Amino acid sequence: MSGGRAKTQSGETGGWEPVIGLEVHCELKTQTKLFCSCRNAFGDPPNTNICPVCLGLPGSLPVLNIRAVEYAMRIGLALHCEIRPSVFHRKNYFYPDMPKDYQVSQYDAPINVEGWLELPDDSRVRIERAHMEEDTGKTSHIGGGGRIHDADHSLVDYNRAGVPLVEIVSKPDIRSSGQARLYASELRGILVATGASDGRMEEGSMRVDANVSVRPAGTFELGTRCEIKNLNSLRSLGRAIEYEIERQVGLLEAGDKVIQQTRHWNEDEGVTVALRSKEEAFDYRYFPEPDLVPVVPDAGWQSEVAASLGPMPAERRDKLAALFGPEPVGRAVADQIATVVEHGLDGLVTAAAGAGIDPGRVLARTANEAAAEPEAARRVDVAAFIALMRMEQEGKLSATQTKTVLGELLEHGGDPAEIARRRGLEALDTGSLSVVVAETIAAHPEEWQRFVDGEEKLMGFFTGHVMRATAGQADGKAVAAELIRLRG
Amino acid sequence: MAADHGLTRDDAAYVARLARIDLTDDELDRYAVQLAGVIAHAAEIAALDTEGVEPTAHPLPLRNVTRADEPRPSLDRAEVLAQAPAVEDGRFSVPPILGEAP
Amino acid sequence: MTGLGGPGAPGAPSGRPGPALDIARAVRAGSVSALETVERYLGAIEEVDGELHAFVSVLHESARREAGAVDAKVAGGDDPGPLAGVPVAVKDNMCTRGIPTTCSSRILEGWCPPYDATVVQRLRAAGAIVIGKTNLDEFAMGSSTENSAFGVTRNPHDPGRVPGGSSGGSAVAVAAGMAPLALGSDTGGSIRQPAALCGVVGMKPTYGTVSRYGLVAFASSLDQIGPLTTTVTESAVVFDVIGGQDPLDSTCLERPVPRTVTALDEGVEGLRVGVVRELVEGVDAGVGGAVAAAAEALAGAGANVEEVSVPELRHGLPAYYIVAPAEASSNLSRYDGVRYGLRVEADTAEAMNAATRAAGFGPEVKRRILLGTYALSAGYYEAYYGQAQKVRTLIIDALAAAYQRFDVLVGATTPTTAFAIGAKVDDPWAMYLSDVCTVPSNLAGHPAISIPFGSDGSGLPIGVQVLAPALGEPVMFQVAAVVESEAPVLAPPRVHAP
Repeated sequence: MSGGRAKTQSGETGGWEPVIGLEVHCELKTQTKLFCSCRNAFGDPPNTNICPVCLGLPGSLPVLNIRAVEYAMRIGLALHCEIRPSVFHRKNYFYPDMPKDYQVSQYDAPINVEGWLELPDDSRVRIERAHMEEDTGKTSHIGGGGRIHDADHSLVDYNRAGVPLVEIVSKPDIRSSGQARLYASELRGILVATGASDGRMEEGSMRVDANVSVRPAGTFELGTRCEIKNLNSLRSLGRAIEYEIERQVGLLEAGDKVIQQTRHWNEDEGVTVALRSKEEAFDYRYFPEPDLVPVVPDAGWQSEVAASLGPMPAERRDKLAALFGPEPVGRAVADQIATVVEHGLDGLVTAAAGAGIDPGRVLARTANEAAAEPEAARRVDVAAFIALMRMEQEGKLSATQTKTVLGELLEHGGDPAEIARRRGLEALDTGSLSVVVAETIAAHPEEWQRFVDGEEKLMGFFTGHVMRATAGQADGKAVAAELIRLRG
Repeated sequence: MAADHGLTRDDAAYVARLARIDLTDDELDRYAVQLAGVIAHAAEIAALDTEGVEPTAHPLPLRNVTRADEPRPSLDRAEVLAQAPAVEDGRFSVPPILGEAP
Repeated sequence: MTGLGGPGAPGAPSGRPGPALDIARAVRAGSVSALETVERYLGAIEEVDGELHAFVSVLHESARREAGAVDAKVAGGDDPGPLAGVPVAVKDNMCTRGIPTTCSSRILEGWCPPYDATVVQRLRAAGAIVIGKTNLDEFAMGSSTENSAFGVTRNPHDPGRVPGGSSGGSAVAVAAGMAPLALGSDTGGSIRQPAALCGVVGMKPTYGTVSRYGLVAFASSLDQIGPLTTTVTESAVVFDVIGGQDPLDSTCLERPVPRTVTALDEGVEGLRVGVVRELVEGVDAGVGGAVAAAAEALAGAGANVEEVSVPELRHGLPAYYIVAPAEASSNLSRYDGVRYGLRVEADTAEAMNAATRAAGFGPEVKRRILLGTYALSAGYYEAYYGQAQKVRTLIIDALAAAYQRFDVLVGATTPTTAFAIGAKVDDPWAMYLSDVCTVPSNLAGHPAISIPFGSDGSGLPIGVQVLAPALGEPVMFQVAAVVESEAPVLAPPRVHAP
């Protein structure tokens, strides 16, 4: 590998422009599989959710799950796609995890086409298509450390065979690893918001493959691309793309060619490797699936599905930002908003703001404390949460105390005032606060002089002492305000 | 005619690989000849004018045939595995897989 | 459900009931038991199947048990169904739970499906009893039942000759009196052609009227299950029993199929019958003569009979021999030694697949898989498969035009009578020519029926074919009933159960 090179903000690498497209497979959260009534469930004992259809037994026939179609439409609509009449095709190839040795998928007539995804950084990535297909079974490789290359034999579980998938293919509009991560993250948020999928990369319900190529900056022809697989987290996605860009640039600058191939990301070594099998291009011999009929969602059905879609993350982020007025929010607030929406807690913030709580305060509290326990936070009693926020806002509880009460509220529920009372928590009143501040200043005259003279960072020194002296009962902001007032 | 649509021995070998069937050299030779003969006949239709003709994928104009998303009982695993050539830990066992899945 | 309690029962057709309906009437009336009936036919099989080899498996125990259940119903005063006690021979490419279903292939030797085909369930619900699984050309690919991995089936009219295929076993079972009723499957003529060669009635329904769930697929857009029977009436009754919507088959029609039994007595007065030139040109003299005689008989019975030419039908055979193998090549990929059936061990999964399929498939199946794979492969798809699917449209449109002028069409079922065993195995295309009169109906998805109409100079049966438009079973049976009534009496086969 050639030595590192400086990269610009947009990802360009010393005169080379990365061109990236992402293919995302997401499992749909239906009760049953795509073509049969076996349970669509993760983690059951192997080969307990199988039937003649998903096992591909001789004589079996597929019947399409209507909810899978609905979910596919939801995803398409959320991505601003056009919904089209579609057919299923057979993609023919042999592999032990494929019960029929063909996969039923969609080829040249997919259900969703020509959409787009707007990212939080305001860039837009076009979506080429989002189509339906069935998942394969799962193979475990025994012996040889669990990897396919040294395995002694393999074992196949068909529970996952036939689970409905939607494959979302972006156009190659992505220009950096950062933008790729943003795309994957935003797409995940959208998938979750549609209710069609739970978007868990680590669990495999959302699988991301990256197509990466480079070209000289300023040119328009696409370079040879490689497909990168085995990306199990956003972090891997970013790292793998970075590595692959550097690898390709290195090849091209040395006068070599990039070979079109599929490469596997090795997380431990931090490299992509070409797959060992001879790269004979697969001839899938696609033809229309004769056992299924076309899917033609009429305007009425499409409207129904569109109407059932809630707001997407972008819209929800905008709604939170609007709480702060018409001007664009700053970076810190934007990050908090992103966190809150990602965890599905924007409802809490808007409710509290609507009840008169300062948006900045409740946003921070939600992003920092509540989002640490997202499941609990999604279940919390909204009125109780608002009441707690009000207590903090009115000075009845310090920040630290509020966090303590919130923790208990999340874990056990209850009434905030009662919790505070029971735990003997009460904010320090202004008078007592002044006394403690004065005492602290008196105890550290040198540091006070330095603070007065302009050493701003000693603010933290004094605040820390006051907080310790009051066992957290003092409110940090009130302490800071008092110090500034005394400094003059 | 046979030459135009001729299936060479190499074609037969390629197709046999795609279809995952081992063929002996004799078989390759024999099938290549027989298939070339069939293709020559079948390719009569290649000359037909089908401009503007839609292909018929299904004889009947059915659309939107679906079922409700409701679980039904699965097969008894024991009954299925009893028919399997090789089983281990409730799963189907196969010899080592050489290639990656596409 | 059509009651068959006896004369005057609602829906009971007149005309020739046939052995299956005779049995049903007697069992329902309590004058004969299902068990006696089963024993009689098991005896028949014992007697003649050694020579004819129509059966791959004979189900002595389960048939007796099923018979007992039917008798119990009759004794208990419950309705045992319109086919009560009727033994049925089922082609061995239809799944029967717990019973080997081999498709006459080594690759499925010994495989027992964990489920029943829908048609099998419906027959049993109607009181019929599955007496055995019949021999076929491997995976239904063939026109002579010489391609079975488990031996050749012989024509009872002349055991040195083929019974036709691929449903040869089913045709022979009925022709030789080993079962009063059989099920076959028809993809390019595999019910009708053996029916013609064996002298029985064989019918292919409109595509989508009979569920394919449990039928091991050969060519999915062409396959249909249908009855082989002694009479037209029995054919109509069985079609009514097995047909109808099935939620397990997406290509099965949702609306109820037309009930056909009532059409059988209508006669042909005023019906317009077209004798299709392309379905008689090039056929043997005897066969051509039979079609002409049948046409004359229909005219005599009051139909308006004319000749008609549908030249597009000539493209049917080439189109069929692209579409069918293409779909088959994909349908047969699943036989890879992983989950069931034969496995030939090897060092890698890939090698195991290839060795298993080499050992498990016979030559005709291999030929068609290779042909189909080729037709679908990159660079050839449009020229072959794409073009063939367009030719289907041409045929459908041409037939639609013909059906503007005619209610039904008539022609030969197959160009020759039964040929000698071994006569055509070395020349694939010569064998494929047997299907030239039958494939158009499969490509179009239309119903068609073969009715025995006399024999040739050697006493070998000839079949005459009646074709109708999609869902035209009622008019098709209507005409078939008259053809049957006018047919010369066929001598019983040389080999027949006593």
